Amino acid sequence: MGFPDRIERTVDLAHPPGAVWAALTTAEGLGAWFGNHAAIDLRPGGAAELSWAGGPAVALRVERVEAPRVFGFTWPIYGLPGDDPRRTYVEFTLEPAGAGTRLTVTESGFAQLPAGAHRTAYDGNTEGWAKELAELAGYLDAT
Amino acid sequence: MPPDTEAIAEQVFIALADPSRRAILAALASGGPATATDLAAGLPITRQAIAKHLALLAEAGLVTAEPGERRRVRYRVRSAPMQAAQQFLAALARDWDGSLGALQDHLDRTARRSGTTPLRQAQGRHG
Repeated sequence: MGFPDRIERTVDLAHPPGAVWAALTTAEGLGAWFGNHAAIDLRPGGAAELSWAGGPAVALRVERVEAPRVFGFTWPIYGLPGDDPRRTYVEFTLEPAGAGTRLTVTESGFAQLPAGAHRTAYDGNTEGWAKELAELAGYLDAT
Repeated sequence: MPPDTEAIAEQVFIALADPSRRAILAALASGGPATATDLAAGLPITRQAIAKHLALLAEAGLVTAEPGERRRVRYRVRSAPMQAAQQFLAALARDWDGSLGALQDHLDRTARRSGTTPLRQAQGRHG
């Protein structure tokens, strides 16, 4: 069984890098093709948010901004609880190709799993809940 | 990627491949820790079969046995192995092909709106 850590796709777009850059890095662009609504503070360390109609909002952290060539951000790993600290890194690379743009997207970090850490984290979480519930029960019994 | 993570994920997928084990895990996840007898009362599976599945699940680290009242062993779900498997599923679920197709459509629409002549596409997502 293969365990992919990295996803990579390249597409040739019939639009100049400037147009592609705008679609990738502005709230208007991201909200039009990626999510239904987007907000972005375009600087390394800046926050961005993508949301879908009837779905959850996803918090992004902008990591690399090198207009109009490289745009990178981290975001939560799909399917993990919202408070899980692990994130994947997404990087868009734009290269002029004729009058258009060769766009490469890589997403890496799917296989990140610090040895032994998940056991502590998740078992700790489960025990944490058992303890919280016991405390709640104790509180309710006392009142 | 530590090799044991792959082994963990494999155990999870083996466990989930069986409908009875899926039912047992689902019952433990939604109802909390239970004994084999408790589980047999709520599922269309014999107590003997449940005990056998629980032993396999415990060996894979997907459930842990804990001493309960009157020496009855209760089982509860261990979520850590599921998280290891979920990393694998997350990579499969990330739909970049769909998103990049949407990006292409968006760029085409934007170019049409602003009146610029769309360039001839050398290679598109349909190509």
